[in-house]
Amino acid sequence: MATTLLRPDQTFYPSPRLAAGAPAETIAYLVTFDPTRQQPDGLVTLDVDPKSEAYGKQVGRVDVPNVGDEFHHFGWNVCSSALCPYAAHPHLERRYLLVPGLRSSRIYVFDVKPDPRKPKLVHTIEAQEIAERAGYSRPHTIHCGPDGIYVSALGDPDGDAPGGVFVVDHDTFAVKGRWELDRGPQQLAYDFWWHLGYDTAITSEWGTPNMVENGVNPDILLAGEYGHKIHIWDLPKRRHRQEIDLGKENQMVLELRPAHDPSKAYGFVGVVTSLKDLSASIWTWYLEGDSYKIEKVIEIPAEPADPDLLPPLLKGFKAVPPLVTDINLSLDDRWLYVSAWGTGEFLQYDVGDPFKPRKTGSVHLGGIVRRAAHPSSGPLNGGPQMVELSRDGKRAYLTNSLYQSWDEQFYPDGIKSWATLIHALPEGGLTLDEGFFTTFEQRAHQVHLEGGDASSDSYCYS
Amino acid sequence: MNNVVWPWAALVLLGAYHGVNPGMGWLFAVARGLQEKSRRAVLASLLPIAIGHEASIVTVVIAVSLTEQLVPPFFVRLLAALVLVSFGLYKLARPRSHPSGFGMRVGPAGLTMWSFLMSSAHGAGLMLAPVLLGLPIYAAYHSLNELSVQAAAAASLHVAAMLLVMGVVSVIVYEKVGLGVLRRGWFNLDLGWSLVLIASGAATLFTAI
Repeated sequence: MATTLLRPDQTFYPSPRLAAGAPAETIAYLVTFDPTRQQPDGLVTLDVDPKSEAYGKQVGRVDVPNVGDEFHHFGWNVCSSALCPYAAHPHLERRYLLVPGLRSSRIYVFDVKPDPRKPKLVHTIEAQEIAERAGYSRPHTIHCGPDGIYVSALGDPDGDAPGGVFVVDHDTFAVKGRWELDRGPQQLAYDFWWHLGYDTAITSEWGTPNMVENGVNPDILLAGEYGHKIHIWDLPKRRHRQEIDLGKENQMVLELRPAHDPSKAYGFVGVVTSLKDLSASIWTWYLEGDSYKIEKVIEIPAEPADPDLLPPLLKGFKAVPPLVTDINLSLDDRWLYVSAWGTGEFLQYDVGDPFKPRKTGSVHLGGIVRRAAHPSSGPLNGGPQMVELSRDGKRAYLTNSLYQSWDEQFYPDGIKSWATLIHALPEGGLTLDEGFFTTFEQRAHQVHLEGGDASSDSYCYS
Repeated sequence: MNNVVWPWAALVLLGAYHGVNPGMGWLFAVARGLQEKSRRAVLASLLPIAIGHEASIVTVVIAVSLTEQLVPPFFVRLLAALVLVSFGLYKLARPRSHPSGFGMRVGPAGLTMWSFLMSSAHGAGLMLAPVLLGLPIYAAYHSLNELSVQAAAAASLHVAAMLLVMGVVSVIVYEKVGLGVLRRGWFNLDLGWSLVLIASGAATLFTAI
């Protein structure tokens, strides 16, 4: 199925520094799902070329032939890691988007080459193939790796632990099998990424499908049983090396953003909430000697609120938790972006010193209580959630839905979905793009940009 | 005279080709240099890569030489032709077969093993078979000893050419040009290489008949 080129795919860059000079994107892809599971989910194309008349508008949409998939994250078949020296395949073409259904466990493969605005569904990996070959279900994060497509999965086919990672062949899209040879104590799964320069993979923890699919379970949460660890792995040997516990009170350790520079062995991970005071936090992991350590570097406090304005789940706390659900790191490893989905705030930090972040920008949109408006909208619900950053680091694209059953608990009036664009100023600071605000009938989740973005590619050269 | 020179020239040219091909080694050397921020790391990577390549070549050279000792020339050529054509067809169908289980942090032994597997999967040694068959082995030599000397000389000449080109390219890319050159200059020769393997097989077969 895969096709090759005469020269390396021109969207591949050896280093993050070279990738930061890539041309600006003109198309953004995002996935939307139907929360009622009556209509098919879809892959949507947005025109993001400021010179175009349709700037900021939906210009394409492909429906899948099923309902109830719950599109969530997605990724490319191949990317800059194809230039890695030990398993180089630079002439394979970046043209397929792999879109998992987080509820159905299907993975759809779309071809964006014939018409980039109207991708074509060309292949479907069925849940059964993933279950039989890898023993997993609920595929979540997709990363194009040096030697195949890596996919994290929340659990086993019955919805229990362990969750983990499996590999899909980048030529045939066949499920090659479970990635872990020795998983050690790891049971819960969520995100994963790597330090290619250190042959190290990192995985984080949310909960098993049975712990999350019917909504956040207050009993599990208050008992501190959602994920609170990260795991360090030997990437080529596929073995567990180290478990790092952030402490039981730090519930749900989600998005992993390792430094893009492969010669640096540190990264950032967001914690959704603390049982102590409902704050959210960002932690920096780093290599010291032979082992990794972790340190809390940002704490975002909960905001006191009138219980009458809070959903049932939060009334007793009389406060809005910030709920950091997504973070993103610029390709120069200088700026960290943080979505606080509960308080409806989007934050920018200068992380030039990864242990001493400096807050440099903030924009309010939506929020459980605040309901902050965009210049071209009325009050908004949901909040900044999935954030995707352009390779030049100048544009952050935001959407506002988290996960169907959790959306309803925190925003019981039902998420009205939107996507918007925020500009990052060269020396720090954020401004809203007043002309870019799009709403959707369905709920929008992850965004990826034409040719790659700050969360799609990884690099073997610094 | 020509009949004596061309196999040696071909060995050198193939060595230079493997030296210039990023996938065969110099890129790995540059990557290690960038990771360690040291030119010494670039240079230190070259020898293990060359040794792995040599080991892969020597395996084929020994196989060819032994076969020549044991089997009539016609069958040697027939066998070489069949292996070349089937391997060429395999590379057409699956051009991206690369060794698994390696990463950026391989030591010298790992790098040697990687290079051995990479060269073997590429068919680097196989490609030398028709050239070796052009060397006047049976005419000039009668003992296995002498034959081994010639085989070792052939493999070493090839690898010396590779090492020289690989060294020059990796230092120039590391010091001057930068890796941006990959995007412009790394041509896809997979198809060409498969076809050359098949054509060499056919030529070897043709000379056999």
